[in-house]
Amino acid sequence: MTSRLLLRRKAVNAVMLTLTGLCTLFATGTLVFILGYLFIHGGKSLTWNFFTKLPTPVGESGGGMANAILGSAKLLAVAMVVGVPIGFLGGVYLAEFGGTTFSFIVRYTTDLLNGVPSIVIGIFAYTVIVLPQKHFSTMAGGLALGVMMIPIAVRSTEEFLRAVPVSLREGAVALGASKAKAILTVVIPAAKNGIMTGIMLNLARVAGETAPLLFTSFSNRYWSPGWEQPTAALPVMIFTYAIAPYEDWHQQAWSAGFVLLTLVLAVNVIARMILSKAKHVAR
Amino acid sequence: MQAPIRQPSPELNMPLPDMNVQAAGEQRPALDTELKLSATDLNFFYGTFQALHSISMKIYSGRVTAFIGPSGCGKSTFLRTLNRMNETVRHSRVEGTILLDGEDIHQLEVSEVRRRVGMVFQKSNPFPKSIFENVAYGLRINGSPNRATLREAVEHSLRRAALWDEVKDKLHQSAYGLSGGQQQRLCIARALAVNPEVLLLDEPCSALDPIATAKIEDLIFQLKSSCTIAIVTHNMQQAARVADYTGFFLLGRLIEFDRTAVIFKTPARKETEDYVTGRFG
Repeated sequence: MTSRLLLRRKAVNAVMLTLTGLCTLFATGTLVFILGYLFIHGGKSLTWNFFTKLPTPVGESGGGMANAILGSAKLLAVAMVVGVPIGFLGGVYLAEFGGTTFSFIVRYTTDLLNGVPSIVIGIFAYTVIVLPQKHFSTMAGGLALGVMMIPIAVRSTEEFLRAVPVSLREGAVALGASKAKAILTVVIPAAKNGIMTGIMLNLARVAGETAPLLFTSFSNRYWSPGWEQPTAALPVMIFTYAIAPYEDWHQQAWSAGFVLLTLVLAVNVIARMILSKAKHVAR
Repeated sequence: MQAPIRQPSPELNMPLPDMNVQAAGEQRPALDTELKLSATDLNFFYGTFQALHSISMKIYSGRVTAFIGPSGCGKSTFLRTLNRMNETVRHSRVEGTILLDGEDIHQLEVSEVRRRVGMVFQKSNPFPKSIFENVAYGLRINGSPNRATLREAVEHSLRRAALWDEVKDKLHQSAYGLSGGQQQRLCIARALAVNPEVLLLDEPCSALDPIATAKIEDLIFQLKSSCTIAIVTHNMQQAARVADYTGFFLLGRLIEFDRTAVIFKTPARKETEDYVTGRFG
């Protein structure tokens, strides 16, 4: 081999290594940048009031977003009640009982549903609930988020159930268990941690959704008792406050962004910890 | 009980249970006339592929019957038809009859067949539960006995599987903490807990080291007084050591079935002789 060729290879290697390294740095750097930016801007104006007080009228300083935090929690609760059972049971059916053709159709449909823009899901909930009732509500917002959860809940449940080795099913069936009993007592418990992780990640994903809430739960400057009234939610508050022309509202929006991101990240980290434990058990 | 040293030629050093009985002055043990399982003209299809061709075999009560043959010869498929495990395979079809104590297993409730004919698989497959719950599983799904009965049954099964002393202090820890050999004995204990009349072993030692294998073989000797055993094995010495009867399978057909000593010493068919002497397969 001539030394010129060797030199050329070394040069190409150096260039490509730098290029791929920079791209990786950019990908992870974005998250670090967002985190740092939010921490600096949001963290510094974050006070205890943010978690306990209602928003103040324009011009008055202070106040918080307690109603939006509670509102987000309520919306997610409704979303879970809608999305988790449908997604979970649909996933069980798909993994364990679905025929080949039918499963293919269902899988294809859920993938399509997953690809539907979130604002369209919002319009769906608007048409189905808000229009007939003639008012915005927590229920409508929760339903929109719940519908968004379904496709991922179906698919993640299906994936984790399929990952349970055939040998475990055979072991249960060979002891006289029916197929349903084997699924209930062996397969689902074996996939439990994975399924839970999937649901948590799913929840963390819809927690940040803004578009489906704009014309379903709308927003609210006050507490929203019950489920039938418009409610504030963190992502919508960030939107409203960020585009407002007041400096202290911008500060509040930063804080809200910081709180939301922290919650989402915390859920993500916890979910991944559960999952790594699950993998450890599975093999 | 068995020689742990592998002999190059299986003819030289084999325990021959039936010859021992003969030496004791009996011509033929009376037990062997008692049929436990019998297959008649059994055909099995995976889709259009015929995996078993007209197999007829008698499995005697309280005896160990081994199935040997090269990979893909149908010995595992045959074993799995005996407790109807093959029915879980899509597009599969079975023809012919299998009688368990004279009853056609295809007429019985499938869960009853599988409770009466237990199975241990090639790769140990403990459930992701505690050791205790693994053994208790079969009892729980066949009705929920009270705690005292359950404890007693779990201990009894673990003792029968020669595992009790090793696990008695960690019954409530995960079964995945056990070694490969212990996991396989746990699976045997799990199968024994529902008191099966027949135990099917599908290459139970293929993933185990020689010491763990020897333990399982010891276990087979102890269990055959209370349980009829059928074992699929790739290891001919193992068949020679543990089995009273041996069937040789080739390309989905049962080529020869006889007492183990006959199969290994004076086989009637050329194919059997070639296989047991290692000339092919």
